[in-house]
Amino acid sequence: MPPLLFYLLALITLGFGFMVVTGRNPVSCALSLAACFVGLAALFLSLDAYFIGVIQILVYAGAVMVLFLFIIMLLDIKAEEGKKLSFAPIISGVLIAVLLVLQIITVVSSSAIAKKSSTDTPLALTEAAGKIGRAAALPTITNDLKEGTLPDAKLIGFTLFDQYGFHLQVVGLLLLVGTIGVVVLSKRERSSAP
Amino acid sequence: MITLGHYLVVSGMLFALGLAGVIARRNIIIVYMCLEMMLSAANLALVGFSRFHLVNSLPDYTAQSLVFFTITVAAAEVAVGLAIIVALFRTKQSVDVESVTKLQG
Repeated sequence: MPPLLFYLLALITLGFGFMVVTGRNPVSCALSLAACFVGLAALFLSLDAYFIGVIQILVYAGAVMVLFLFIIMLLDIKAEEGKKLSFAPIISGVLIAVLLVLQIITVVSSSAIAKKSSTDTPLALTEAAGKIGRAAALPTITNDLKEGTLPDAKLIGFTLFDQYGFHLQVVGLLLLVGTIGVVVLSKRERSSAP
Repeated sequence: MITLGHYLVVSGMLFALGLAGVIARRNIIIVYMCLEMMLSAANLALVGFSRFHLVNSLPDYTAQSLVFFTITVAAAEVAVGLAIIVALFRTKQSVDVESVTKLQG
């Protein structure tokens, strides 16, 4: 991946992220967050994680952001006009964020694993076709690997259903509980008990 | 040359931006957006580690499965959280975090 493209995508992601934090109008904050997620999805694509990039756009930039915009519209929130800024939380927030970034940069610059680049870890797709273990039982994965394409959605699906089947069912239950919880929470309470 | 460290620093900066927003902002909906940003930043670090830690010269798909779970849990969390915000707005007519101080003692 060309370095310039990486810096451009990182700039898009962080720039729109900054606009989310500093924006006064909630609608423009939500749209900036959608743009930030699109930049992040492009970063995922640059890491050969095509499936994750696509669901990042579908779930975050699509569903979650529409939900946010819908709630902003429903509650009819005005921009924070004329409110005094309190400086203590802003200063502490900036200070903690700067300290965190400095700490991460220090740790990353002194670690050996962080110096790996994609030339150190090249994907060898045709050679991997013979070494994928139990996934070799599915001919579609081996065929894709032999043709030199990365079947990452198929491999993630295989990992999920082969090793994490129980966890997947727990997450399904979590979504059901979440749906019921939303219905219960947003139901209007009767003014007097019958 | 783009290394894993570059992705980790971008992920850390995005996480720090979200953290600053959670601490500094008073609009509860924007606090929620910043929380989503922090979750996505953690996903970026996971996908970066997945790409640069090869298993049989393929990316480590255990990490990407974890990202899948994170995105699912985040979607459920947003739905429940926004329902709580709507219920809060009905009682307080405000989305300012400083209007909710009943548990402060």
